[in-house]
Amino acid sequence: MIETFLAIGMVIIFTILLSLYRLVLGPGVFNQIAASNVIGTKVIVLLVVIGFIFERPMFIDISLLYAALNFIATLLMARYLERGEICKA
Amino acid sequence: MGFKSKGEKAFSMIVTFCAMFIFWVLLSAWIIYIPQHYDLIEISKGIICALIVTLISHELLVSKRGEKVLLKTLRLIPYLFWELWQIVLATFDVAYRVIHPKMPIDPRIIEFETTLRSDFALTTLANSITLTPGTITILVKPETGKFWVHALAEKPADALLVDKTMQRKVAHVYMEE
Amino acid sequence: MQGVDIIATVFMAGGAFFMITGAAGLLRFPDFYTRLHATGKCDTLGEVLIIVGCMIYQGWSFLTLKLLFLSLFIFIVNPTGTHAIMKAAYVTGLKPWKKGEARR
Repeated sequence: MIETFLAIGMVIIFTILLSLYRLVLGPGVFNQIAASNVIGTKVIVLLVVIGFIFERPMFIDISLLYAALNFIATLLMARYLERGEICKA
Repeated sequence: MGFKSKGEKAFSMIVTFCAMFIFWVLLSAWIIYIPQHYDLIEISKGIICALIVTLISHELLVSKRGEKVLLKTLRLIPYLFWELWQIVLATFDVAYRVIHPKMPIDPRIIEFETTLRSDFALTTLANSITLTPGTITILVKPETGKFWVHALAEKPADALLVDKTMQRKVAHVYMEE
Repeated sequence: MQGVDIIATVFMAGGAFFMITGAAGLLRFPDFYTRLHATGKCDTLGEVLIIVGCMIYQGWSFLTLKLLFLSLFIFIVNPTGTHAIMKAAYVTGLKPWKKGEARR
């Protein structure tokens, strides 16, 4: 069964490399933000799969917290580009 | 964000406390459940942490008390299963458009109005539109219930403009016809 | 491999297929709005399918509950993030691509 997890992990890393093209070269800042959001959500699943490969359940806690942080980061970047400021005084 | 009565404040505090405590248990279950017995000191630490967070930020999660919460939750469950099936259809639709060599897409922006007003109903409808075939919500105006939607082709746009299946289902769930 | 492992493998293979489709859509589609169509739908279902495969492999334990919570979180959060980026782009005046124009 560990071969399956290794294969899935490699597929996820391959898709992350594909999205990296948009993150570096994508025309305009919005393409780059979308690519960074996509890479973040892929990394969540990659952490779960790594936890199953090494048989360490601790990785799932890390992926939960990473999901929350990634969501907040995306929202903040979108909001900053929309209004030019993060929170109104 | 003011509260109208003491009941609403107590309701929002209870909901926030339960959510925070459940999240704490999810993250630290390997501490509190040693086989054969529960560790009471660790559980009380969790309760204290959840109480502090509740006192500081209970206004953020629930701002006012809804009516008939249980009935709405019961009605939400069949809607969620229908939504799951729609998500599978949507993903196959987009996958077909991506893999097809000529890319049969014809994007457009459509606008329509609904009768929904409450926050939960608008959020549910917006997320459902994003997850169903070929449409993504761009903007929502909560005062008039107006939606701007980006559609990938003509057929999914007609499903929202003419058929209005999803609007009727969400209005049935939240009882806001 | 036993029966449970085969079912888990089928789920995870489906998830991997959808994730590859989502990445291909991110590269192939002509403009920003249509690219978000690919990532918002294909990636959500692909990631949830992989997590469901892990849940089936794990069996009934506390980890399964955590993974279920994680998949629900992804189901709520991924469309919301997509919507936030799209609203920012629309408000700042990025014009959507029409059929027949050059890709950008």
